[in-house]
Amino acid sequence: MDFGLTEDQVLLKDTIRRWLESECPTTRVRAVMESDTGHDPALWSGLGELGVPGLYVPAAHGGSGLELLDVALAAEELGWACTPGPFLACALATTALVASGDRDAEARWLPAIAHGRAVVTFALGEDGDQWDAARVKTRARGGALHGRKTLVPAANVADAILVAAQDDEGPGLWLVERGAPGVEVTPLSGTDMTRRVAAVALEGAPATKIAAGRTATDRARDAGLVLLAADAYGGARRCLDMTVKYALTREQFGQPIGAFQAVKHQLADLAAELDPSLSLWWYAAHAHDRIPERAERHAALAKAHLTDLYDRTTRMTTELHGGIGFTWEYDLHLWFRRAIFDRAFLGTASYHRRRAADLAGW
Amino acid sequence: MNLSYSAEYEQFRAEVRRFLAENWSAADAASAPDADSVAAFTGGVRHDARATAFRQKAIERGYLYRHVPRRYGGGEQPPDPLKATITAEEFRRAKAPYEITGQGPSMLVPTLLEHGTEKQKQFFVRDTLLGTIRWCQGYSEPGAGSDLASLRTRAVLEGDHWVVNGQKIWTSNAQDSQWMFALVRTEPEQPKHDGISYLLIEMNTPGVDIRPLRQMTGDADFNEVFFENTRVPAENLVGKRGQGWIVSRSTLKHERALIGGSHLTRRTFDGVVMVAQALERDGQPAIKDPVVRERLVELEARLLASEYQGYRLLTMSARGEEPGLAGMVMKLYSTSLGYDLAKLAMDVVGDRGMLAPGEASAPAMGLFGTAYMWSLGVLIAGGAANIQRNIIAERGLGLPRDARK
Repeated sequence: MDFGLTEDQVLLKDTIRRWLESECPTTRVRAVMESDTGHDPALWSGLGELGVPGLYVPAAHGGSGLELLDVALAAEELGWACTPGPFLACALATTALVASGDRDAEARWLPAIAHGRAVVTFALGEDGDQWDAARVKTRARGGALHGRKTLVPAANVADAILVAAQDDEGPGLWLVERGAPGVEVTPLSGTDMTRRVAAVALEGAPATKIAAGRTATDRARDAGLVLLAADAYGGARRCLDMTVKYALTREQFGQPIGAFQAVKHQLADLAAELDPSLSLWWYAAHAHDRIPERAERHAALAKAHLTDLYDRTTRMTTELHGGIGFTWEYDLHLWFRRAIFDRAFLGTASYHRRRAADLAGW
Repeated sequence: MNLSYSAEYEQFRAEVRRFLAENWSAADAASAPDADSVAAFTGGVRHDARATAFRQKAIERGYLYRHVPRRYGGGEQPPDPLKATITAEEFRRAKAPYEITGQGPSMLVPTLLEHGTEKQKQFFVRDTLLGTIRWCQGYSEPGAGSDLASLRTRAVLEGDHWVVNGQKIWTSNAQDSQWMFALVRTEPEQPKHDGISYLLIEMNTPGVDIRPLRQMTGDADFNEVFFENTRVPAENLVGKRGQGWIVSRSTLKHERALIGGSHLTRRTFDGVVMVAQALERDGQPAIKDPVVRERLVELEARLLASEYQGYRLLTMSARGEEPGLAGMVMKLYSTSLGYDLAKLAMDVVGDRGMLAPGEASAPAMGLFGTAYMWSLGVLIAGGAANIQRNIIAERGLGLPRDARK
């Protein structure tokens, strides 16, 4: 019985943290944010050298063959640093590819993802708040896809897109490559500028079916929910830490504002809500890896809880800063925006709470 | 991360189960109150001869009071939080008497072990662990609540006795206790924290007057205790004169651990789900109401977080790591969750939530109303929520200390 991290996991977190502190300060985050693509290939290949995109990729395909918990620990650190780029997109695609069991697709794409040479993303969402594999309207007919996916992360720079669609047998997962005819990627302007999203129109786009049924799609979605929860935790911790530091240095009425009980109590409440929430997403990640009968529901619970908390934390920490927190120059809004992404992407907190209630059989 | 127990621990679990099967029958279990019921929490644990004999046997086997040496009546085992957890789980499952809850075993005993004289340990610890001596806590006073160190109950040394005058308040279970551990002012000329001593007072001493204080639930579980020239043997002082504040710190630390537990919250949650499934609203079970469902899931996530945080704290403790912030937040976290849960229970019950306990037509015998009030009581007891926030902010986050006199 051990509900803690291994030495290797602590080392993994520390290594990523130190690298991001030196290579991905907020000045660089802002530069990528304000770029056209929201993707900095040098940053991504640096993370590739650290092994970040390959954590979940099986060793046979050039990755580390680790578990979702390890990927989530990386997500926490990337959330902490507000790291821009295609990490989430590639992690979704990796879990989908591994769950698909399609050997050709795995052999072709997993090594490239692991080494940071290819960006692959995962397209589930459709208009009308639709994130359910069995309800998507995109259709596959005669080896081609027809439909419209939206809020697809990093689609603007993706070499391939895994598309959740349906054919006569029901839901499944298809792979579409960059530049294929009938694929139109339209970047959408998002509040979070560190993780770009796009609409993907598919009009007879040639596609390979890599999985039948909804399992691979659901597995990827659940992994994504856990990773969003971990990102939310990392980001919320960063906002809390920044605000504690600010409260210790900013003086009003002749003393640091952190000496005022109103400020102390708001920060204490945030810390009290946040600290135990770590255990919830740890467990959800562990369930994804080892306790299959609890994986789906815990992923939903963790996503709903942590992203709600992230929103509350970014809001409250901005308020605690006063005017400076509301400026463009001050960094807090980077996480505020990121919290909006984490809350909405893959479905809202309410949506996942409804699912969790259904899954409980209530 | 590995949530299964190794072979060594599974073997230990099997041993505990065997012991329970041999010593605590199904008939015993059927007659026992649930080990973690509200009654147990507020002091209503079984103290009858059958339970005491069983506890003695369990202590001899080293299952209970692992941290207390055998010469004082404990189980004396090397620290092993996993074994302690397995024991607690199995005893709860078998509905067998576990360690006695309440302020004697959980607060006074650790304090005596740390600061008491040999004679005090010999005299008090064993009987306290078995529940034959029951304790109340004499800390708060009408003028000394959160600012406890401003207390004014005086003790003056006359010969070989302390003569005590003053008043304590919010004294839970004073009417059922043989002894009180109290903070009294013995050095009035010293700065406030340095003038306090930790004194053990027998409740049947002349000059002790207990007056029940009804709480908002209508019951009287706590009291005012008045002292008028109460003579207490000088040897009943714990630690040195004027060091009672330091002595009491170890006691409060233990109380917070006591109030933070999540078993009760789990029971309440499961109870709310059951009631929401059973009660009809507009022709269907209340649990089909989308708002009820969403609130239940939201609270369940918080409950699970606190349960898994328990695993995390257990792991830290097994690894010898300091819990820091992770431990400090639990009282505030669980009590505010308890409040939100009690509130949801009231909403699920609907308009009949206004009916009082004992009213025959009230759902769940009207107990949710009492639980709703108690969720406020535990928020205040053992260091009110705002004091917890000060502790988290100052010791957990490193923010400046409040101006204090």
